[in-house]
Amino acid sequence: MARHRFIPGFGLTLGFTVFYLSVIVLVPLWFLVLRTTSLSWAQFWAIVVDPRTLASLRLTLLTSFAAAAVNAVMGFLVAWSLVRYQFPGKRAIDAIVDLPFALPTAVSGIALTAIYSSNGWLGSVLEPLGIKVAFTPLGITVALIFIGLPFVVRALQPALEDLDPAVEEAAAILGAGRWQTFLRVILPAVTPALITGFTMAFARAVGEYGSVVFISGNMPLKTEHVSLLIIAKLEQFDYAGATALGSLMLAISFVLLLAINSLQWWTARRYQGN
Amino acid sequence: MSIEVRNVSKTFGGYVALRNVSLCVGNGELVALLGPSGSGKTTLLRIIAGLEVPDAADGSAVIVAGEEISARNARERRVGFVFQHYALFRYMTVFENIAFGLRVRPREERPAKAGIRERVNRLLELIQLDGLAHRYPAQLSGGQRQRVALARALAIEPKVLLLDEPFGALDAKVRQELRRWLRRLHDEIHVTSVLVTHDQDEALEVADRIVVMNQARIEQTGTPEEVFHNPASQFVMEFLGHVNLFHGRVESGKAVVSNDASTGAPIFVRPFDLEIHREARGAAPMRARVRRIQSAGPSAKVELAGDNGQPILVEMSHDRLRELSLRRDDAVFVNPREAKVFLDDYSI
Repeated sequence: MARHRFIPGFGLTLGFTVFYLSVIVLVPLWFLVLRTTSLSWAQFWAIVVDPRTLASLRLTLLTSFAAAAVNAVMGFLVAWSLVRYQFPGKRAIDAIVDLPFALPTAVSGIALTAIYSSNGWLGSVLEPLGIKVAFTPLGITVALIFIGLPFVVRALQPALEDLDPAVEEAAAILGAGRWQTFLRVILPAVTPALITGFTMAFARAVGEYGSVVFISGNMPLKTEHVSLLIIAKLEQFDYAGATALGSLMLAISFVLLLAINSLQWWTARRYQGN
Repeated sequence: MSIEVRNVSKTFGGYVALRNVSLCVGNGELVALLGPSGSGKTTLLRIIAGLEVPDAADGSAVIVAGEEISARNARERRVGFVFQHYALFRYMTVFENIAFGLRVRPREERPAKAGIRERVNRLLELIQLDGLAHRYPAQLSGGQRQRVALARALAIEPKVLLLDEPFGALDAKVRQELRRWLRRLHDEIHVTSVLVTHDQDEALEVADRIVVMNQARIEQTGTPEEVFHNPASQFVMEFLGHVNLFHGRVESGKAVVSNDASTGAPIFVRPFDLEIHREARGAAPMRARVRRIQSAGPSAKVELAGDNGQPILVEMSHDRLRELSLRRDDAVFVNPREAKVFLDDYSI
């Protein structure tokens, strides 16, 4: 770090970064954990292994994972067509991608519930086919797909723009078919960005509240997302229980994000020179 | 294997990139397509590769090794292509890059693993990068990357090798080394090659034959000696190195330069075809004044200003410069030793 830089102050900026992260992120989370310690281990463990907790954890992680996976595929297609092709209305579509970011999540939740419920626009078509969306895990997944899409698209766009079209031509001239070019040339090049997008969509889904609250129906053991369970506990003035669940989610999220980030770091590092 | 292009045109929207171009490249030849940017040379190369589709026209054809291949896509043509910016697969090692064309073949045509390894190792030897098989492209220099790109193109045993400004992204010294190396390599493996370049030195040094292109057409085709010493047009003359432009008339096969720049036919003289003398000699010496002497480099360059202020560039040996002991603002006389007049271009 002794090298001369035009903008000095490595110490200053690092100090500020640590301080800022502490105030904004770590201190509130620390209090969360601190609050949990008012419980004994036995009490904490009892909350964790409560069937209702386990069911909601399972539901949250599965629906979040499913939604992030769907977004990874569909978001790729959206990002691809936005980057690669010129067409009328491209800017409008680009803006639509961001709507789930901007909309209050409760609004999207109500809208989704309205169209997917049994007398709604889509629900009335799907229900006779035996597909129930509203008030089922499927409905929760739909809501989580909705809020997660922009993360994947926005993460992929710069990576796809960065891709040299000559690389695809090179693959074709060397005899690769379309699938081979996609799987061996394009996909590996954007994998780090795809993992980033997936991670952000997944993380967002795990912590989602607003859009899920209406469409899930909140049936304990069946369609209760963790954030809804936490709110339910708060409504019963069970603060310790709520914070215990909060700490648990904190730990799970941290471990998952760390794992995915290391995976991404590993895939990116391999070919970026030293 | 030979390449023949017949009557090919290409338009992009309203822009004409190629106008009725025909070209023949003999078996084992190395031909350079030389021209300024926008002259259509890259488009022509990409049409041979199948990366661009020529305009539909009667009698238009692309024939490689005796087969008409216009209807085949790039994948089926089995040509080697080297891109200006390498277009290497950056998340693959050097080895994987070179092996790519073999590994994507359908199972029945694909060589066995050991066969692939052997061929890649042989190519690595050929490009003199044996020790770097497990590096990633980001860990190589520009020259090394372009050699890997060449090996990758050769791995599929292409019928012809097409190179699109292969040294364009490299710095001057590496460029020169690499083009000499390419020439030696070509003498070794004799694969029919077409090289696109806008650098006349590169074309003159490397190619067996040069095709000079300008504004969607071929201006001249010939050996480096032919195009340099007998340029077919004013454009070729001007494009292949510096020329001085005078005006004058042609009298019984000899150019007589007039001192009035606005009249007469344009006369072109290369800087090394001009002589400087202290005293008036010959039929019609031009008076000039020394503006600048630049004697770094293999020959000395002297910039003069003619009577009417027009700049004249003269190239001479260092010995001759010493002999003349020129200084700035000296008054001298200039005689052309050899001049070119393009009467076709002089039609009013």
